[in-house]
Amino acid sequence: MKKQLIAVLLVLAPAWAFASSGSGMHMDEANIDPNNKASLQRGARLFVNYCLSCHSAALMRYERIGKDLGIKDKLVAENLVFSGGKTADLMTVATHPEDAKEWFGIMPPDLTVIARARGVDWLYNYMRSFYRDDSKITGVNNLVFPDVGMPHVLWELQGWQEAVVHTVKSEDGSETKAVSLELVEPGLLTPKEYDRAIRDLVNFLDYMGEPAKHERRALGVKVIMFLLLLLAVAYLMKRDYWKDIH
Amino acid sequence: MAGNTSEKWQGGLLGWIDARFPLSSMWYDHLARYYAPKNFNFWYFFGSLALMVLVLQIVTGIWLTMNYKPDAELAFNSVEYIMRDVNWGWLMRYMHSTGASAFFVVVYLHMFRGLIYGSFKKPRELIWIFGMIIYVALMAEAFMGYLLPWGQMSYWGAQVIINLFGAIPGIGETVAIWIRGDYVVADATLNRFFAFHVIAVPIVLLALVVLHILALHEVGSNNPDGVEIKKNKDANGIPLDGIPFHPYYTVKDIVGVVVFLIFFSIVVFFMPEMGGYFLEANNFIPADPLKTPVHIAPLWYFTPFYAILRAVPSIGGSAFPGVLAMALAIVVMFFLPWLDRSPVKSIRYRGTVYKVWLALFVVSFIILGWLGMEAPTELYTIIARVCTIIYFAFFFLMPIYTKMDKTKPVPDRVTS
Repeated sequence: MKKQLIAVLLVLAPAWAFASSGSGMHMDEANIDPNNKASLQRGARLFVNYCLSCHSAALMRYERIGKDLGIKDKLVAENLVFSGGKTADLMTVATHPEDAKEWFGIMPPDLTVIARARGVDWLYNYMRSFYRDDSKITGVNNLVFPDVGMPHVLWELQGWQEAVVHTVKSEDGSETKAVSLELVEPGLLTPKEYDRAIRDLVNFLDYMGEPAKHERRALGVKVIMFLLLLLAVAYLMKRDYWKDIH
Repeated sequence: MAGNTSEKWQGGLLGWIDARFPLSSMWYDHLARYYAPKNFNFWYFFGSLALMVLVLQIVTGIWLTMNYKPDAELAFNSVEYIMRDVNWGWLMRYMHSTGASAFFVVVYLHMFRGLIYGSFKKPRELIWIFGMIIYVALMAEAFMGYLLPWGQMSYWGAQVIINLFGAIPGIGETVAIWIRGDYVVADATLNRFFAFHVIAVPIVLLALVVLHILALHEVGSNNPDGVEIKKNKDANGIPLDGIPFHPYYTVKDIVGVVVFLIFFSIVVFFMPEMGGYFLEANNFIPADPLKTPVHIAPLWYFTPFYAILRAVPSIGGSAFPGVLAMALAIVVMFFLPWLDRSPVKSIRYRGTVYKVWLALFVVSFIILGWLGMEAPTELYTIIARVCTIIYFAFFFLMPIYTKMDKTKPVPDRVTS
């Protein structure tokens, strides 16, 4: 029966291969390092400084960040909590949904679990893909998220990019148009530094999406080691009971 | 307490209970003197595993219920509250979400065992029927449970499935509103789904599991040879090829349970989303009745049926034929004991024809499952149609091909 199964699978293989290709624009990998606490701390600082004024992270508490990223409670209160609240508070924003609608056309989404919804690669590329577009109210557009309502909040760090359309000749001679972004006005950070800053930010967003991730993996190793030990005992017990059964 | 210790010892607490409740006889009938064939193989682990996953789901479910809020305003956040602020909440949640998928993995393998060894055939038709009802109840349980996190996929998945009832001519829309309790999936829907998910369906499931096992223990277990072990008994009336379920299969099933738990733990601790198959990325966006996701797909265990639904062309703009085909795809499985006309049970003694049909069926089912997750294209629709035809042909042609298939002689006793 196995041979027949394999034969059928082989016949259908081209369909599978066909299905896996496709998808739109090229995405750079975020390459985050969840074990790099310094990166997570820098990301947290960027997040509270630039994102948390409009976006909430209303399912997350400040003190949890301190606990997980090794920041003392006093430092959390001084450096992360700008709302004048306590470190045990949830990371909410004061923005009224009605005002937000007037300013951006939409209430900026809560970012607590955004990394789980969008994926880290998407976020990493999104934050690096703003470009000048005078046809938009905000003056910017985004390659990853066209017609996005969000302005380029990190412009002073990145500077300004513009979209350049160029023609690409493929091997068979047909011409296609491609858009790439070019930095026309430098910001406070070099492109390399900016990429690193975004990587830190995305790293933090990923952590915030699931603060228990580190604990989960650490516990998992112990649980599986215990189960392997239990398996050996269970197997020996089974073998002993079954030695008379033929 | 002094004096008649010996009398007390004979009777004892157990004697006292046995005079009032059949505790010892239940123990003997269902475990210590329930004789199971000695030649169970790999495929026989999944029954006891399904029972264990059921217990796991009930226990983790109870703890989730302690902090979950069945309210459209609070549900999404309460799940994240469990994931963050409740001690071990993330573990309970991941065990429950992984357990849902694990339940279907185990049940599908359990059902496949029935298909290859003819466990549904006479005299085990009722075991199969009870099992099928369990399967349907499990689908209802999983479907309603998936609404509870109140994410985009929860919401729109429920919306799509409930709308299917709306395709029933005439009464459809009324039925759909009756199910939702509102014109769209809303707070009322969430509340009633919660009630069904945590009370109604679990009770039904537990009762059905008892019936499933009682029916099994009445006729005795089938085995990889499809031989009735009760036909060959020793002087004491014990089947020659039978061994007491306890301790032999209890100690063997413990090994199966531990192996299962290792795989289960790998998912729970290292890949709880399972690449989007167990927890979908879109479900981390709170339900928004005004924003329809571009691509709505049910979870993997429903996708074969979803693919059948989409494969059937609609008539006059009504999706009803597809809905009917999807329902039929499940209903037809109930009739398996009467569709199979083969004189032998086990695949070991069946001819090539059944083996080829079964292989085609399994491959079609898997392909349909995959197609159900993808956005439909012209090519996919053609593949889905071919697979749907194979799916139904497997059942509808079964009376013919199982009868003409050349079988091999079945031995009197089980082979080892």
